[in-house]
Amino acid sequence: MFGLPADGLLDVPERYFTLENYDGGVARWCPSCGDFAVLTAVQRICRDEQVPPEKLAMVSGIGCSSRFPHYMHAYGFHGLHGRALPVACGIKARRPDLKVWVATGDGDCCSIGAGHWLHAARYNMDLTVMIFDNSVYGLTKKQTSPTTPRGTATNTHPDGAFLPPLDVAGTTLGFPNVSFVARTVDWNPAHLSATLATASRHTGTSFVHILQRCPTYTPDLFEPLRRDPDRILLLTHADGVPVDPAVERMYRHRQEHDPRDLAAARALATEGERLAIGLLYRNPDAPRYDQYTVRGLGMSREQKVAAIERELDRFAI
Amino acid sequence: MPKTRQTDLAAMTAPAGPPRTVVQERIVEIVSDSGEGAQKAGQTFGTVCAKLGNGAWTVEIIPAEIKPPARSRAGASGIRVRFGSHEITNCGEHADLVVAFNEQVLYGRIENAAFRPGTIVLLESKWAEDSQEEIRRQYREAVVEFRAQGLKVIELGMESACLEVIPDARVGKNMFVVGMLCEIFGTDMVKAREEIQAVLGRKGPDVVRLNHELLRRGWAFAAEHVPVAWEVPPRPTQEPVLVLNGNQALGLGILAAGMEVVAMYPITPATSVSHYLARAFPVVGGFMHQAEDEIAAIGFAIGASYAGKTACTITSGPGLALKTEFLGYAVMAEIPLVLIDVQRGGPSTGLPTKGEQGDLLAALYGQPGDTPKVVLAPATIEECFHFVILARKLAEEFRTPVLVLTDSNLATGVTSMPRPKVDPDWLAGPLDQSPWPEGLAPFDWDAETGLSARPIPGQRGGEYVVTGLAHTRQGKVAYDPVSNQEGCDMRSRKLAALARTLKPPLPHGADEGELLVVGWGSTLGAIEEAVDQLRADGCSVAALHLRFLSPLEPGLAEIFRRFRRVMTVEINYSDDPEAPGAGPERRRAQLAQILRERTLVDVDCWSSVSGQPYSPGDIAAAVRRRLPSGARGMTKGAA
Repeated sequence: MFGLPADGLLDVPERYFTLENYDGGVARWCPSCGDFAVLTAVQRICRDEQVPPEKLAMVSGIGCSSRFPHYMHAYGFHGLHGRALPVACGIKARRPDLKVWVATGDGDCCSIGAGHWLHAARYNMDLTVMIFDNSVYGLTKKQTSPTTPRGTATNTHPDGAFLPPLDVAGTTLGFPNVSFVARTVDWNPAHLSATLATASRHTGTSFVHILQRCPTYTPDLFEPLRRDPDRILLLTHADGVPVDPAVERMYRHRQEHDPRDLAAARALATEGERLAIGLLYRNPDAPRYDQYTVRGLGMSREQKVAAIERELDRFAI
Repeated sequence: MPKTRQTDLAAMTAPAGPPRTVVQERIVEIVSDSGEGAQKAGQTFGTVCAKLGNGAWTVEIIPAEIKPPARSRAGASGIRVRFGSHEITNCGEHADLVVAFNEQVLYGRIENAAFRPGTIVLLESKWAEDSQEEIRRQYREAVVEFRAQGLKVIELGMESACLEVIPDARVGKNMFVVGMLCEIFGTDMVKAREEIQAVLGRKGPDVVRLNHELLRRGWAFAAEHVPVAWEVPPRPTQEPVLVLNGNQALGLGILAAGMEVVAMYPITPATSVSHYLARAFPVVGGFMHQAEDEIAAIGFAIGASYAGKTACTITSGPGLALKTEFLGYAVMAEIPLVLIDVQRGGPSTGLPTKGEQGDLLAALYGQPGDTPKVVLAPATIEECFHFVILARKLAEEFRTPVLVLTDSNLATGVTSMPRPKVDPDWLAGPLDQSPWPEGLAPFDWDAETGLSARPIPGQRGGEYVVTGLAHTRQGKVAYDPVSNQEGCDMRSRKLAALARTLKPPLPHGADEGELLVVGWGSTLGAIEEAVDQLRADGCSVAALHLRFLSPLEPGLAEIFRRFRRVMTVEINYSDDPEAPGAGPERRRAQLAQILRERTLVDVDCWSSVSGQPYSPGDIAAAVRRRLPSGARGMTKGAA
């Protein structure tokens, strides 16, 4: 009763973590950058999950959003452009005890690192991957990214991007063995937090496509969506992102969507006049590569030495 | 001409009979079209010889294509087995005995100077009866031509003898050939049968039984048809040995180093390490990750290393190029990593199956900016094993990537090495998860050595961010004028600290003299054998072999000064001094460039990129040409 164990004794945690325990110092993004909201949401989730900071590995590539690990108090890996996902997979390979988050952007993940994006989905190791999509290269000052809308003027396409953009969530849903795809927006903190928390709880690689405002280079890009909630379709389901009633009231257009329905998820992500947000797809039964990478983790030194001796014997006379 | 030796087929023991000609060593080649099992036959025979106590070295003869057209001159596929009553460290000179399944593949070997007058060629004779007139003519002409060159051709119907037991001779004659060789050399047939069981056991008892029968028939066939009887006695001392190739030695070294993660992408000639580890890791505890590409492979390994399990990635030249950016990152972020480069011919895709030592400069200097790191080069298959263990320790101790450069000559060569006893201290220690000392910076560089302790994720209080950006001791990104200079100083200082722990290398042959030959990597055995030959001829030469290429072993300038001339012998490109336009600024081989820069000694070099392993004779001839005319010894051809 009341969650008390049968013997009536409460486990009092030795350590209790507050938001401060995850604070890595002053974040240096542009004022009103959407990344701040994501940072706050992740710190809250860590607090809610009571993950010890030393068990957190924050991995990123290169780009504005990839500064993320510097602003968390945790173990961080600020890596190479496009290469966050292989590093995150390597960290997880023999350290199932670590909680691994990945911060990557539309250029980092969907352009220079696109090959790893597909394969990370296939591996389906237990990672939470946030794809910050501001539809532009920010750190290098306004070049076209794979998600820049056609016709948007940038420094590399001054007359407007030539080609239609790729959709991050929709593309991810096309990858083999993908197990979790959600979409959210930085300007709705409640939905953002709820979506990331749902992703964090998923065992497997959870991709969260975050539409993220860049106040410096694409300040107007998401304004129509932000100002007019009627352009957004809120996905609801008992197995989906739990929606706060206030959020639910904000969006007149809502759709009950079963996150196990892949075909419907693909249609919702890429078709229709409204931007679908919420949990698009989740398959808790997809095979996970980390079930294989941990083999033999519990072996003692004596067991290993004996096994190596047997291997040497295979080449002996 | 039937022999008079007795053959006890039922007992499968070495035949008793008139004494065999006892020889100190023999070189045997088996050549055929690709896919006829010549390599399997040679590996099996070489392994049996090594297991019986001979020194042995096998070299694969590999065509450029996976399936070259049948009976093509360039399509020679096969193997050379050199074995003797002493340690064998290289491929040697000319074959004494050749088993050939068609005459065309012999042309390619003759072009490579693999034979000498008197080499015995056991040649498949079925082509003389071929239905095509063209093939019959080629065969007849070739036999006449080979005999005119002095080869002792013995025409044999080997295939038809195999067809008595199997429907397709292409797949069965390898063990028939092993049987022939066992008869010719009086090799213990019990060992041969055991080896067949070991190699083919997985295919089931029927396959083993059939191959035992082929072995027996090959033996009987040679007893009847091959008038050659040699004996190569085993080495006198018999310590326990392993028989393996260089890639297998690397794989065992990875296990014995306690590394649990290897990430790699298939690339010739490195791939077979992954084949071995994929089978071994499940029983030893670890994981072989076949990554989606070369970049992901090193990224995965760096991730595992960052998380506390020092990992290994294995590649060859083109893959090393792709790993460049991450390699620089591991230097900058001070993440331990073992990167093994099984070098092949370059540039670009180059010669995938042939050996070269062309990646030395790329390994040392291939990354933008200053990227000091440790570079090791094992010289033998035994060192392939031990250097991986050393590499893991150095990587952790010095918080740096360690590159291990081998090449395809080591990778595919098979020899024996003393069986090591696993020392538990070789294995990586358990993951340190104790609380991180309060106030200790993540890059608390020691001013003398540049060394610092590294926080491992999970260590409470050690939380920090690694970055490829310039950073302070606290790991904080810093673009100020001081921090990057300090970081570069400290990373360079680590190499100086390691160099101080090394001893000067010892020359082979003599401590002083006319000429010193400096080498590195797989050429050790051939260089020392060449120097021994030259010294026996009265030449004042010595050899020096380097294992540490970064940092360099100390005392080199002092050693060099004791010789009038110093030259390197390496398998990478250099301008021939006689080539048009080659002046004093000619482009020199890679180690020679480094030695000149570091010692200010006028180091000469000889190298070639033919894709063939150097024989001691190749090296001796090249060294002789660099000696003054009065110091070239007495052997013919010295002028």
